[in-house]
Amino acid sequence: MKSLKNHLSLIIALFTVLVSVEIYVAVDRTISTYESHLKNSYSIIVVTKNTMSQETFKGMDSMIERAVPIETAHVLKGFQGEITPKNLALLEHALPKFYRIYLVSFPTPEQITALQHTLQKTPEIERVEGFAQTHDAMYQLMLLFKRVFQLLSIAIAVVTFLLIFKEMRLLQVQHTDRVAIMALLGAPALLRSAVLFRLAIVDAILATLLLSGTLWGLDYYALLALQLKEIGISVQLFSLIEDTLRSLLIALGITITFMFTIVISHHEEK
Amino acid sequence: MPTNIIIADHLSLAYQELDTIIYGATFMIKEGDFVVITGESGSGKSTLLKSFYGAIAPSRGELYVRDVNMNHVKPSKLNALRRHIGIVFQDYKLIKEWTIEKNVMLPLIISGYKRHVGDAEVQRLLSHVKLSHQIGKYPPELSGGEQQRVAIARALAHNPTLILADEPTGNLDEYSASLIWNLLEESNLQLNTTIIVVTHRIPKGLRIPYRHYHIDSGNVNEIT
Repeated sequence: MKSLKNHLSLIIALFTVLVSVEIYVAVDRTISTYESHLKNSYSIIVVTKNTMSQETFKGMDSMIERAVPIETAHVLKGFQGEITPKNLALLEHALPKFYRIYLVSFPTPEQITALQHTLQKTPEIERVEGFAQTHDAMYQLMLLFKRVFQLLSIAIAVVTFLLIFKEMRLLQVQHTDRVAIMALLGAPALLRSAVLFRLAIVDAILATLLLSGTLWGLDYYALLALQLKEIGISVQLFSLIEDTLRSLLIALGITITFMFTIVISHHEEK
Repeated sequence: MPTNIIIADHLSLAYQELDTIIYGATFMIKEGDFVVITGESGSGKSTLLKSFYGAIAPSRGELYVRDVNMNHVKPSKLNALRRHIGIVFQDYKLIKEWTIEKNVMLPLIISGYKRHVGDAEVQRLLSHVKLSHQIGKYPPELSGGEQQRVAIARALAHNPTLILADEPTGNLDEYSASLIWNLLEESNLQLNTTIIVVTHRIPKGLRIPYRHYHIDSGNVNEIT
């Protein structure tokens, strides 16, 4: 009964670490999806004196993915009939050129400012409009959320690691007799502690299965995904196979490293 | 000519600096010897035996067991040495959660034997200690005498050159005790295993020639 309680404590502690990692990953996925969404809808408007090539724009800054000219034909069309074709041609020639510049990734406010400076320094460019304020508020809020969760994850991890270490020490104490007998018979340190490693690995697998079940439940009932969809973010929060494998590796990594540390630091009782 | 299994040269043993148990003992134990060590309670018999399997290091003098200097022995070398020694304890030291079969198998597992070789050997040993009918049982299900026979079978499993027995019959009735002594005698006679037994008293019916050391006030004396 005592042993079962000890195992449950270890499994729950491992599960807590895995959940905090999983939430961190889900937040990261959500923000990446939102970034991608912003990147596709975000552009900088540039006004130039003359026509400029794609290469010239790309050569200005590595952030620039492509420049799409904004057609002025429909503006000129409004003047048809009001002015002579000759004057219309002169007006068309005199009009500045407009470009919509798309970027390789969604920029930070600093990147937007730096890019605007670069563009404004170019003699051919007359005006630059970054629309930074419009896009920035929601994104900044999400970044803040991500940073807060990072700190929270570290705090959870530290507390839970201490708990896992304590539970594994208890596991070792429960098997002291067996380990001591094996030592007297000349078993090397790792062999005499094999049972502890086996138990730790089993607990790591059980914690991972528990997490997979939880993820499957959340995914199946689409509880979180629906809420995100409501605020305009369509994202696959969990990838069952990928997340299970990563969680298994993390759980095994934690248990094996901790058990190894405990076994190595344990002084044989003579 | 038999080789020396144990050489003690002015060997002193102490748990703490001022608490010396054995003073300057000098003796040699040869391959195939049957040695009985006696002494009063607390005289240091078990401490001396512990020094033979490296559970206590000499505080002074020198001790060699199977050519291993026990004064400065590395853990890996100590493990290797212990794999050539069979140890029998007064409290049996069996793993309670394992069947007696698996307990006897343990030294074979440690020595890296293949499972099928181990199975056959365990069957033979349990039959030798007259416990084949108890196979599959756990130590707490057996009597003290039976548990000690399991411990003897375990000590013999890896065919050791040296068996150390610390009060192996201390907790047993007369019948069980005589069975244990018989098993130890047989190992010595049939396999030429060196046997060192620490005991309160030597049984009257011991059939084989033996060497007798007595510990008195920390001095180890051979009684001829």
